[in-house]
Amino acid sequence: MANQALLIVGASIAGLRTAESARRAGYKGPITFVGAETHRPYNRPPLSKGLLRTHGQGHEDVAFPLRSGLDGVDWVLGAPAVALDRAARIVRDANGRDHQYDALVIATGLSPKPLPIPDHGLGGIRVLRTLEDAVGLREVLTPGTRVVILGSGFIGCEIAATAAHAGAEVSIVTQSRVPLERALGPILGAELLRRHEAHGVRFYCGESLFGVVGDTNVERVILTGGVVLECDVLVVAVGSDPQTSWLQESGLDITDGVLVDSGLRAITTEDDLDRRVVAVGDVARYVNPLFDSIPRRVEHWNLPTETGKRAGQILAVQLAGGDADALAATPFAPLPSFWSDQYDANLLAFGMTYLADRSELVAGTPDTECVTEYFRGENLVGVCGIGMRSAVQSYRSRFVVPVA
Amino acid sequence: MIKIAVDRDKCQNYAQCVLEAPDVFRLNDDEKLEYTGDAEDDRLADLESAADVCPMQAILITRA
Repeated sequence: MANQALLIVGASIAGLRTAESARRAGYKGPITFVGAETHRPYNRPPLSKGLLRTHGQGHEDVAFPLRSGLDGVDWVLGAPAVALDRAARIVRDANGRDHQYDALVIATGLSPKPLPIPDHGLGGIRVLRTLEDAVGLREVLTPGTRVVILGSGFIGCEIAATAAHAGAEVSIVTQSRVPLERALGPILGAELLRRHEAHGVRFYCGESLFGVVGDTNVERVILTGGVVLECDVLVVAVGSDPQTSWLQESGLDITDGVLVDSGLRAITTEDDLDRRVVAVGDVARYVNPLFDSIPRRVEHWNLPTETGKRAGQILAVQLAGGDADALAATPFAPLPSFWSDQYDANLLAFGMTYLADRSELVAGTPDTECVTEYFRGENLVGVCGIGMRSAVQSYRSRFVVPVA
Repeated sequence: MIKIAVDRDKCQNYAQCVLEAPDVFRLNDDEKLEYTGDAEDDRLADLESAADVCPMQAILITRA
């Protein structure tokens, strides 16, 4: 079995956790990472927070430490995958190199959605996903810079807080009524609106972009309601798409990410299982029995680790000729957890708050600290707190897989 | 022995580590993280898990 090869496409946290887990489960064969970026795996959350405001920080400040079990793995970086041939068990990268595998890990994550209207090739229009995106954005978040952020999700709000802190003049344009409306509902959304406005961030809610104007760089943006905003930097933070273009001809079901079973193993368009291929992290779409039986992609930070740990273990068993199916059949029910720092608001949440049809304030007051519960019908689907860590933590035991 | 160190500049008291290794990490009454600086070797797996789940990647685990 020593010659079995584990190929991980995506030098990401999800890929890294998969590799570590496979090693822990006894896999001793070669491991190759093929990554689109030029870096080894790093932690992305600081890119919209600490790293975005701290000049001089770079990869070494956010890189994941590599455990000794991963000494000797092969890193092929700056090499985006372009095609998967499952019959030949080969992944081709953009440099024309072919990578053979016995087991393949799809960990290619997300790419930010582009500006939803024509950009006319103007400069000054940015997204935030990679380390280079963050370092480039940091350079232009200077006092007096007019920054318009399209989108009021976590990334948009965190960039706004960081930019306001840097002295930029910040506006957020969002189709929602309050920031983070979909993720956190009206109660916490209204409170975050208040906190952002208290720091000078202007909101244009219920609005979208009609056009961008400029000579070589963006100079003004025009909203559908007719408002015109002077703009030096336009940040597009309207969500992300799974990076699956390289899987177009693979025969895998890539309708909104890679559809996988409870063992993270890829399902084909013919509804067959490919036991040699797993998908982990943001790109994987799977059922979480904590909530319902609908496969979903979930973009919360702890899930690359949860999916990677399970997938690595299952692949190690599979490559050793063991009963991976039995392991894969055990319930996979990770509790999503997420957090956000905006000014002095430290949010911590568990569950799938955006599945809720209502939220309820159950402790504290939003303008200091509080706990909010999220319900779909009668069922608790999430909890979020500003501060009040212990109270929020205590909810974890309330999310359990219903007995069939 | 295993040495545990938390970078206080990074730590935001999210307490994800507490769930993985409650014998080593805990929140005090002010909801600030407290931890024990060393642990037996057989705690390695849980302590690595605690380091893994830290959103701020503030936990350093080393084998002394």
